[in-house]
Amino acid sequence: MAQAKFEVPKLKPYPVIPVLKENAMAEVKSFPANAGIQQALGFPGELPEDWHDVAIAKMGELLDKYRSFRVYMDTCVHCGACTDKCHYFLGTSDPNNMPVARQDLLRKVYRRYFTFAGKYFPKLVGAEDLTRDVLDQWYTYFHQCSECRRCSVFCPYGIDTAEVTMAAREILDTVSVGTKYTNEIIGKVHKIGNNLGLPGPALEDTLTGLEEDIKADTGVDVRLPIDVKGAEVLLITPSADFFAEPHVDSLIGYAKVFHQAGISWTLSSHASEAGNFGLFIGNYEQMRKVAMRIREAALDLGVKRIVVGECGHAWRVAYSFWNTLIGPLDFLDKRYPWPQHVCEVTWDLIQRGALTLDKEANDHRIITFHDSCNVARASRMGNMPGGQFFIPRAIIKSVANHFHDMAPDTIEEKTFCCGGGGGLLTDDLMEVRVKGALPRMEALKQVVDDHGVNFMALICAICKSQFTKVVPYYGFDMSMIGGVHQLVSTAIQLGTKQ
Amino acid sequence: MSWLTVTYACLFYAATAMFVFGVGFRIYSYARTPAPLKIPTTPAPLTPAGAGFRVAREVVLFESLFKSNKWIWLFGAMFHFGLLLVLLRHLRYFTEPVWTWVVLLQPFGKYASFLMVGGLAGLWARRFLVPRIRYISTPSDHLMLVLLLGIGLSGMSMDFVSHTDIISLKEFALGLVYFDWQPLPADPPLLVHLFLVATLLAIFPISKLLHAPGVFFSPTRNQADNAREQQHVTPWAPKLEP
Repeated sequence: MAQAKFEVPKLKPYPVIPVLKENAMAEVKSFPANAGIQQALGFPGELPEDWHDVAIAKMGELLDKYRSFRVYMDTCVHCGACTDKCHYFLGTSDPNNMPVARQDLLRKVYRRYFTFAGKYFPKLVGAEDLTRDVLDQWYTYFHQCSECRRCSVFCPYGIDTAEVTMAAREILDTVSVGTKYTNEIIGKVHKIGNNLGLPGPALEDTLTGLEEDIKADTGVDVRLPIDVKGAEVLLITPSADFFAEPHVDSLIGYAKVFHQAGISWTLSSHASEAGNFGLFIGNYEQMRKVAMRIREAALDLGVKRIVVGECGHAWRVAYSFWNTLIGPLDFLDKRYPWPQHVCEVTWDLIQRGALTLDKEANDHRIITFHDSCNVARASRMGNMPGGQFFIPRAIIKSVANHFHDMAPDTIEEKTFCCGGGGGLLTDDLMEVRVKGALPRMEALKQVVDDHGVNFMALICAICKSQFTKVVPYYGFDMSMIGGVHQLVSTAIQLGTKQ
Repeated sequence: MSWLTVTYACLFYAATAMFVFGVGFRIYSYARTPAPLKIPTTPAPLTPAGAGFRVAREVVLFESLFKSNKWIWLFGAMFHFGLLLVLLRHLRYFTEPVWTWVVLLQPFGKYASFLMVGGLAGLWARRFLVPRIRYISTPSDHLMLVLLLGIGLSGMSMDFVSHTDIISLKEFALGLVYFDWQPLPADPPLLVHLFLVATLLAIFPISKLLHAPGVFFSPTRNQADNAREQQHVTPWAPKLEP
């Protein structure tokens, strides 16, 4: 078991709503970004003298630009429906991690400056002045939210804490306050093209190495092409797929699928990142600028289709926002006029009988599937609502014999976040990440005990990184985490079809 | 004309004006504010009509709340459904002759007040008994429940405890509607009831009662899941460079 500097929660046989522990997580903070990181994104390098007025003005601006923010600031009735729904609350017991309380950190300032009741009767409605302490509190608790939207499923008004968190982070950035982790990464994308800062030549080397590995494994020449003009498909995948374990096994899986289906494809060194951390900081311009690289790469390479690899928030941005941010993508093939998830491509090929799959090759695995939050609650696959739940499971069942779902309250639209999404996947937030994973770990434990599950399949790079790091704290082996296309990769029989 | 009648008549005109213009302004501000990105909580309906149906289910059945917490759903549904019947029953004081369906509704509307007050009591009890909800409750959350309970109980007392002069009251109410003021019966429970109702109307647009119009404008509920098929662009979004 991994060693922790904090108390790792015990796995209980059934979910228990914790007793409130005020300020339990008040001191757990992400490393702040330095002036250089902030300035590279066009934010001020240090707290401006008139930061108070700047922050309030920004709040006013966001209220005028985002209906979600405006309506959600007014609409909450404090009914309490969301109070036991956040994985960070369930794992940390800190009441400020209850969605309503987290929103209220911002809402109390909204009330004070933008509502009649808050201006004249602040105590009555819980309105508060914006002070350095409040700013500090925002920084802490709006970086203990993974923007997973689980609370929005349960809210009678659909209030989405992710929208509130994004607004808070946007306000913080305008007064120079951001996290090192997220904002440094956005800078790297602008400069180099991916979150990891891998330059083109390093990428080519890695891909050549992978080709050799596949050849050694299967005896088949499977290519992982990059910057090939005129390819049919541009694959946009999280850069973790290029080198991190177990991510890379899914990349090999995509390559094998394209190979066997005879689809010509390419990666791009200009747009070598599916992830878009602009989403996490709620900044429209940053998100658009990151996404724009993909439009540029697609036009430059002259591709006809864009396919997105296993990455949760990237799929949200691709599915829900690309058409808005960088569309219309009217240069794509009319049969595939919009970005597709690699699972949509694979499932389509499976249905058409284009892949030769040996399910028994996965017989050593007893599999469960973790729905990643952005795929589950902020996007879709296929042509029916809920396709994002059906298609990955259908693929798994086509490539493996043993599959068991986790408890119904922890999957599909009610899925629990891995604990590392929304820009929290950094070592300085390890306590938040480990504790936030608790509800998922309890559900996993149940299927491990009941069905002997030894593999949790996922389609999100952040989930993969988070789980491989965090499951050892709960006594699981990190090798039980892997991608859906890792399973496809195991089952696919190369050389049998062309 | 007694000063009491004049006071209450003015009170109601003022409260109604605040309600209509206040809520109207809030609705205008919600409608005017753009929703720059498609953010329905998925799985979501694929068509605008489907999204409309989803909002209707939220409004009528409290669908998401049912998923969330059966106790809050039960008390919330009791209160809101009770209130609806009670309000519809009150139409009899503003119409002459009384519409047939309002006449038929009379017994249901009368006993629905128990549902309404029971629901409110349940919701208030939760604010004390559940530590999580106690933590998030502000004084205004309690006062709002007190106000609504006051309205419910004062209203019920005029039916189940001691009757007020309902004929004169109706003349007063119709007088307000047709700007032909008639004397208001000086019955304490009635005066309390009317004063609290006027208060509720007046604070509606500056309080959490805005959840009523708000639910119709929630993008996670009222947007269709068609982001790939249809481009969704907001006026302030930067344009593609040619």
